Formats: sequence, C-alpha cells, structure tokens
Amino acid sequence: MKPPEIIKAQLMDAQDVHRTITRLARQVIESMDSSHEIAIVGLHRRGVYLGKRLQTLIYELEGINVPFGTLDVTMYRDDFRRRSGARKIRSTNIPFNVSSGHLILVDDVLYTGRTVRAAMDAVTDLGRPARLQFLTLIDREHRELPIRADMVGRVVPTISREEVRVQLSEIDDHDGVWLIERGEDE
Amino acid sequence: MNIGDSNISSQVLLHRHLLGLSTYSVEEIFLILETAREFREILERPIKRVPTLRGFTIVNLFFEPSTRTRISFELAAKRLSADLVNFGGSGSSLSKGETLRDTAQNIEAMKVDMAIIRHSSPGAAHFLTRCIQGSVINAGDGAHEHPTQALLDLLTISEHYDRFENLRVSIIGDIAHSRVARSNIFALTTLGAQVTLCGPQTLIPVSIEQLGVRVTHRLDEALEDCQVAMTLRIQQERFGASLVPSLREYNALYGLTSEHMEIHQDLIVLHPGPVNRGVELDDEVVEHERAVILDQVTNGVAVRMAVMYLLASSRATDRD
Repeated sequence: MKPPEIIKAQLMDAQDVHRTITRLARQVIESMDSSHEIAIVGLHRRGVYLGKRLQTLIYELEGINVPFGTLDVTMYRDDFRRRSGARKIRSTNIPFNVSSGHLILVDDVLYTGRTVRAAMDAVTDLGRPARLQFLTLIDREHRELPIRADMVGRVVPTISREEVRVQLSEIDDHDGVWLIERGEDE
Repeated sequence: MNIGDSNISSQVLLHRHLLGLSTYSVEEIFLILETAREFREILERPIKRVPTLRGFTIVNLFFEPSTRTRISFELAAKRLSADLVNFGGSGSSLSKGETLRDTAQNIEAMKVDMAIIRHSSPGAAHFLTRCIQGSVINAGDGAHEHPTQALLDLLTISEHYDRFENLRVSIIGDIAHSRVARSNIFALTTLGAQVTLCGPQTLIPVSIEQLGVRVTHRLDEALEDCQVAMTLRIQQERFGASLVPSLREYNALYGLTSEHMEIHQDLIVLHPGPVNRGVELDDEVVEHERAVILDQVTNGVAVRMAVMYLLASSRATDRD
C-alpha cells in the first residue's frame, strides 16, 4: 500500500516549465566552445523528454543540431538490495562516440545525487568524455554525495518527507511541477 | 501484442524462482525478454560488464555434465559482477555420494544468494527451493523443463518475427526425452503460437496433444507453412534403446536439408546445440543464413542475465 499523499503546492505551471527549459537551453548554448562538440544525454525517464526538448530548442534558437542519447542507470544503482521489486530496465541508446566530447547529462530532479553518481559510472563504461556536466530542472537539495548540478532550473528547498513531482506532457497529462507530501516514510 | 510494446510486460516478476515456464504469464515472459534485450546491448560494448549484482553470490550446481549451459550462466553472472562458484563435475562431493539435501544444506551454510541447478531428476530444482533461502534457477531437470533455453529461443525468434500470436513453430525430434521441448511448448502456447510436434512415434509421448499442440510424424507436414523449425538434439543412447532404427534412417526422415531451406523461404532454424551434423541438420543447413544457432548462444547469456537480475530483485511470495 502506498501512503496517502497531499499536494502542498504547485511550483511551476506549463508556462514556467517552458520558460525555464528555454533558459537552460540558452545556458547550454552559452557553454559551447569550439574545442569540443556538445551532446545531450537524457536520463530515464523524464530526463529523456527534457533532453529532447533542449535539443529541439537549441536547434530553434541557434540552428545547431546537438546529438542526443538516452541512458538508463538501473544497472549502476547502489540501492539494489534495499529496494523491493526490480526496476524495469529501459533502453540505453547513445548513437555517438562518448569519448572526447562535451557531454551534458539531463534529469528532472536532483535529490540525493545517487542517480547522477550511477550515471557517471555508466558513462565511464561507455567512454571518456572530455567534459561531463549535469543539468536538472529542479534541485531539491538533501545531497548524500559530493555532487552538484552545473545548470539548474530552480532550487526548491524541501524536507525529506516531501516529493517534487515533475510532469511532462509527453508521458503525463500536462506540464508542471508539484510539491507533494507523502504520509509516513516506509 | 507486439513484442516491442512495453505496455504488455509487467513491472516485476511475481515468481521468486525460475523452475519452469508452465506457471509464467505472458507479462512475465515479456518482461524477461525485454530486459534481456537491454542486457544484449551490454554484450556489444567494449566493457562487457555492469556492477548490478555486485556482492551477490551465485552457485552453479551441475549434477549432470554440461559445458555450454554452465559457461553461459557463468558468463551471465560475471557480466553482472556477481560472484559465482562452480560446484560439480568429477572430483567434487557430487560424485562421492552426497545426497542432494546435504549438498543443498552445505550451500545454504555458505550463504549464497542464488542457486542454478542442473540435475537428471525431474523436480530437483523444486526440491532445492525447500532447502535454501535464495532463488533457484532450473538449468534442466531430467526430461521436465529447461526454462532458460526456451527463453533464449523466444528471444532469438523475436529478432525475426514481431509477434508470437499465431506464429507457426514446429519442434522436430526427440520430444519424449526433451526438457527443451516441454519448456518451449509451455511458453509458446502461453504466447499464442501454433505449435506442431514432429518425430518418430516412439519419441512422441502419447496424448501430448492435451498441451494444446498438433502432432505429426511427417516432416513435410510439419514444415508446411512453418515459420520456425526448432530442431532437437538426438541422443546417441536412443539408438541403443531401439527407439530409432539408425542415424541414417533418422536423418532421411527427420533431418533438415538444404532442399527444405530452398522450399521454405521464410523458415528460420533453431537448435539447442551441440548439433549432430548430418543427423538433425545437414552441413549446409547449419551454415545457412537462416540457421540462427549462434544467435541463440549469444542470446543465452543475455536471457540468463535478465533472469538473474529480475529474480535477484523479486521479493514476492513464492508461488511455485
């Protein structure tokens, strides 16, 4: 049984989400330099859709076609024995050479930093990027590892019983970000 | 029901063991195949290893001689960074008269998380589940089941056909003594394929039609409109037991030849190996581009990785 949950606040509506992603796309463009080619890798699940939107926006803004890939970090997680039930493995598809490029990992929420840690291990197994950066729509703090995001949409201070839920129209009803409070922790 | 459609597969396995496929649902089989496809990708990488099962201990209990199945499980475990120990073969306590129960209790005392068992008695894997805490994977128990072989066959078929519903599959050879055939019959009928069994009368069990399959003793009938031919290895000892008159006669009646490949342009040919060339399959068939025997071997590692991963993380109550 899932504990009951209460919606505490809406943090972003569809327009906010669009504005923030547009700003992040500009930041990605700004960080480009001539020495290394940039590529975007979205982390499953919502990082994939965010990454795709960034790719589209960068093309619309600058006419630059940035290579895009998807990464599933399930195989690299460190909480395998703590979770009940397998996480479904989704597809890792990086159709370009990871080595020596400038890679930007994209996810929706940065929390403990463990997903990013797993993603860094996964990328390392695929090659040796010249530079690896992390972009997130929401940073909700509470890091358990020495990890930070290079590009952040919005910082939202939270308590651990809360959850930040990002919804994207590609897989959810509509765009938006909500602050949810769960019942007692398991 | 397309194979690539992830809506069909369940999120988790409901089983804690893989003893056979007769109790596995469509959703669970699809979950295994889908997971195996993702692991298949790792096998193409320069670094063919992920840290998923780090610190997880798996024991290979092989009470029957087997090289390729044992190695395939061993590779699968190592690709997932699990620790694997081999128990079996000559020189071990298995050949010194220890009972299965005692062996199992020793394994349990060594604190392993998962056991893979190959045994000549049907039900040995099931028995093991009552002796140890960890998950059990059946790697072949007598003529009962060999589920990972059937799963790798399904994965291989799915690389050529995009649905199992009404797929016409013929299983050819020694059905009576084949655990591979039984596991495939269970899985294929669950997925809605049309299964035909073909072989000499002495090698097809009476009333096997009750499993929802068609039986024929004529190869041309079995190959008519057939999309997948699963050929089975014929054991040499069957000839001594006068079930089949001779190798040459078996080959003449049930061996696949290049003419068959010529007539049936859609047919793909599977074989669990090792092949008796010139008996089940002629040389030209083994080498044929529509013989997918080596793909089966590669897929075997991926499927076993998927099963290990999914069972290792399943915490459901045991329904087996």
